[in-house]
Amino acid sequence: MRRKRKESLEDRAFHIGNTVIMVLIGAVMLYPLYYIVLASVTDPTVVNTGKLLLYPEKIYLEGYKAAFEYGQLFTGFANSVLYTAVGTVISIFLTIPGAYALSRKDLRGRNAVMFLCTFTMFFSGGMVPTYMLVNQLGLIDTMWAMVLPGALSVYNLIVVRTFFQTNIPEELLEAAKMDGCTDLKFFWHIALKVSGTIIAVMVLFYAVGLWNSYFNAIMYLNSRSRMPLQAVLRDLLILNTVTNELPIDATETVDRMMRADQLKYCVIIISTVPMMVLYPFIQKHFTKGVMIGSIKG
Amino acid sequence: MNGRRKRGWRTDLKKNWQLWLLLLPTLVYIAVFCYQPMYGALIAFKDFNPRMGILGSPWAGLKYFEQFFSTSIFSKTLRNTILLSVYNLLWSFPVPIIFALLLNQVKNRKFKSFIQTVTYAPNFISVVVLVGMITLFLSPGSGFLTGLFDKLGAKDSLYLVRPEYFRTLYIASGIWQGMGFSSIIFLAALTGVSPELHESAMIDGAGIVKRIWHIDLPSILPTIVIMLIMAIGNILSIGYEKVYLLQNGMNLEVSEIISTYVFKTGIRSAQYSFATAVGLFNSVINLILLVTANLIAKRTTETSLF
Repeated sequence: MRRKRKESLEDRAFHIGNTVIMVLIGAVMLYPLYYIVLASVTDPTVVNTGKLLLYPEKIYLEGYKAAFEYGQLFTGFANSVLYTAVGTVISIFLTIPGAYALSRKDLRGRNAVMFLCTFTMFFSGGMVPTYMLVNQLGLIDTMWAMVLPGALSVYNLIVVRTFFQTNIPEELLEAAKMDGCTDLKFFWHIALKVSGTIIAVMVLFYAVGLWNSYFNAIMYLNSRSRMPLQAVLRDLLILNTVTNELPIDATETVDRMMRADQLKYCVIIISTVPMMVLYPFIQKHFTKGVMIGSIKG
Repeated sequence: MNGRRKRGWRTDLKKNWQLWLLLLPTLVYIAVFCYQPMYGALIAFKDFNPRMGILGSPWAGLKYFEQFFSTSIFSKTLRNTILLSVYNLLWSFPVPIIFALLLNQVKNRKFKSFIQTVTYAPNFISVVVLVGMITLFLSPGSGFLTGLFDKLGAKDSLYLVRPEYFRTLYIASGIWQGMGFSSIIFLAALTGVSPELHESAMIDGAGIVKRIWHIDLPSILPTIVIMLIMAIGNILSIGYEKVYLLQNGMNLEVSEIISTYVFKTGIRSAQYSFATAVGLFNSVINLILLVTANLIAKRTTETSLF
């Protein structure tokens, strides 16, 4: 017991140094996020000097006004909500029942199926054949092109399978079978009941992935009215289309550019709000998901 | 023998048909969305004509591969892909491990979980927003990072367009976004280290640094090896999403990688067979790298993926 209090000099130096490093890391991680919040409510003439902001120096809310008037943003937002909801349901439907079946040791041929699934993690036909398939199925420029390609993550399938294998004791299945319980009933009434955690983790994994994805949109969509939020954001933030779209009035170009920049900060905030609101609830589940995955190694 | 096996299958199916029913959606999906494109990749060896279909199109042999290998694009994109991946691996791989080892030593629980919350957060930001942030923060004259670097004595301010900064941008932003989240798996492995080992080492007078080096690190080595094999197996499939967003006319020299090139030639200019050949080349090399890495790991550390 006494040893614990008597730290060596070296150890104490280590702990001090370590704390400093952690504080620095925390600051580097947090500051850019904090900066965006500040920049979204601060006068662009202050923001655009390029100095570090610590508190909102001159409050200016025109950026949010402009963002709320930008119709495309809300179309995108609504589309993303739809794609995320539908996509998550499909992904869960493809992952959970299949993973349960594959967790059953008495399923003959499950190793072969596992191999076929795992192989796709390391080898694929590639972008163009996938595009041609989506085209062939007539999904181009539809919602289904946003939710079907990539709907099943084999990694997640393995994680859920591992969960079922370690969390449902075989005795439970045997006892249920004695009582005449079928496999479907067992899956529906018992396996699903004990797997709330893993389902939550999967919903979150898939939903975040869908919400944040943009590449399917630029591959498969043409209509502006179907674009998800991330594609709209790409136009705004990276391709800079809005600078040209803002009404040209008497104000000078410089002023217009500054307003466009502030709009970007506001748009980042608006688009990240759903994630940030959920984040505190999500965080521990994500950790759990990664850990279950790591058990298998 | 054969007959018995067949009957075995049939009774098995009868007994387990409900399980197969549960598996059916997954199987259909894998068949359609994973294996159908593999079959579709056949067009890399054909002069694909949409009207004649995949089977009907005439064979072209290795024409498209030769076409790719003979252009200067080949060496350029291959070089860019490998350099970006290797540099990325060298930086982004060890950082989460070191971070996990250090974070593991933080005694104050509240502080530890605060740091975890903060460092995991960037993982949830989309690539588009991340690149948007980079663009804003590094914009010449108005970005706060440009301003900061100016004060620190930087002479340049064109970080977004100068080719020499592209890889640094890619890797640094990747570490900012992924370090915390990638460390979870190592932190999880570290919880498995028995405290007794540490206690007895302490009695022997080993300091923290020594204990990290001789106890913690070897304990998580299997996890490290597995993650390394995975990383090496993905070396050529480096995320094209962020690369594509960071690309601009000025930095194309270093930022054009195989997968973005496939996207442009295959989807944008509809050279289906050619782009498929390029993509296939990429996938095959990847698979070879993965198998080789796995083999080496198996021989040297007795840990392997398969």
